[in-house]
Amino acid sequence: MGLKRFRGRRLIAALLYTGMGFPPVVIGLFVYLLLSRNGVLGSLNWSFLPKLFTPAAMVVAQTVIAFPLVAGFTMAAVMGVDPQLRQQLLSLGATPRQAAVTVLMEARLGVIVAIAAGFGGIISEVGAVMLVGGNIEGRTRVLTTAIVLETRKGNFELALALGGVLLLLTFLANLVMLRLQGKVFDE
Amino acid sequence: MSEARLSDPIYRLKNLTKVYGERRVLNIATLEVYRGEILALVGPSGSGKSTLLRLLNFLEPPSEGVIEFEGVEYGVNQSPKLEKRRQVVAVFQRPMLLNRSVWDNAAYGLRLRGEHDTRSQVQRALAQVGLEGLAQQRAHTLSGGEAQRVALARAIAIHPQVLLLDEPTANLDPYNVGLIEGIVQRLNREQGTTLVLVTHNIFQARRLAQRVAFLLDGQIIEMGEVGQFFDAPQDARTRAFIRGEMIY
Repeated sequence: MGLKRFRGRRLIAALLYTGMGFPPVVIGLFVYLLLSRNGVLGSLNWSFLPKLFTPAAMVVAQTVIAFPLVAGFTMAAVMGVDPQLRQQLLSLGATPRQAAVTVLMEARLGVIVAIAAGFGGIISEVGAVMLVGGNIEGRTRVLTTAIVLETRKGNFELALALGGVLLLLTFLANLVMLRLQGKVFDE
Repeated sequence: MSEARLSDPIYRLKNLTKVYGERRVLNIATLEVYRGEILALVGPSGSGKSTLLRLLNFLEPPSEGVIEFEGVEYGVNQSPKLEKRRQVVAVFQRPMLLNRSVWDNAAYGLRLRGEHDTRSQVQRALAQVGLEGLAQQRAHTLSGGEAQRVALARAIAIHPQVLLLDEPTANLDPYNVGLIEGIVQRLNREQGTTLVLVTHNIFQARRLAQRVAFLLDGQIIEMGEVGQFFDAPQDARTRAFIRGEMIY
């Protein structure tokens, strides 16, 4: 999308940007309705579709939440690369695919931001995973839903500790991503 | 340059046109580029020089007509195989370097071709442009002239049959202009690389080229050996352009 100009590109961009601000809990609701046994997809009983209240169902919801974030930021980053670069790469003998990879590499600062944004969006997400996963202990309970539960039960110390773990994990993940940005970030 | 070499065309263009929307930007009845020559395309901006270069680079197909390259004809819907296309490379007015080291930039074309042992070739290319010492420097810390020389090294590292140059020295200081002109002359002389140079600078055309073509409104008005072109131009418009009197 960042590389080519085509009909409907503007519309897709508008949809992506809308998706970036879409309340995750609503996406959770949609996925819930789709996957539930009486839902549109759930009633088809296809074996490759995940069942509700399973980790796989949570992955589906999280993917839908993260996709517009990652795609939107990546598109913006790629559009920031000089369009003439692609012509130069093709001239040097790049296949269209090689040229696209190189342009992505040139936009790596922004692409990593896109991944960080997607990661941040879903690691901190509560509503959708609660709805779709069901917060089942040992199966679909994640840090965020556990924090909600423990706070409700009045176990503030445990909730705080879990919050600390979540923060630490997020911090570490972002450190790794900053490393991936590499030398470009220091310039 | 021997006469025998001058009769062996690497490109042969026939009834070539390029149309953008309603505008016909290129209309060339016939043009031959000889193997091993330096051909300069001169003309005012908007005369179709750069478009012609993009067609010679197979970056865009013609709207009508054929481009024959190394004996094979390519029409409107036929583009050469990757392997053929990779024998032609262009250096543009802006160096368009990648945000990597000088070395990685110079090695880029070779890596695209899946070559793993690029060391000696990259080293030689950087030596040819006089930048061995800057190999580990990040590309965007270079001056304009150095950056353009890296772009040139990146192009010649792949040993192209044809090197297309689109205003390669516009906006550069005289010192770097001299360096770059020397590099491409040596390349042509020692390795027999065919060069097509687009320039609005008629002095540069005179210094470098063996043949010169004058383009105006997408058409070749006049073409000839460099001496004859500058000393005895046939067309009144060519004379006006050479004297710098072309009013646009």
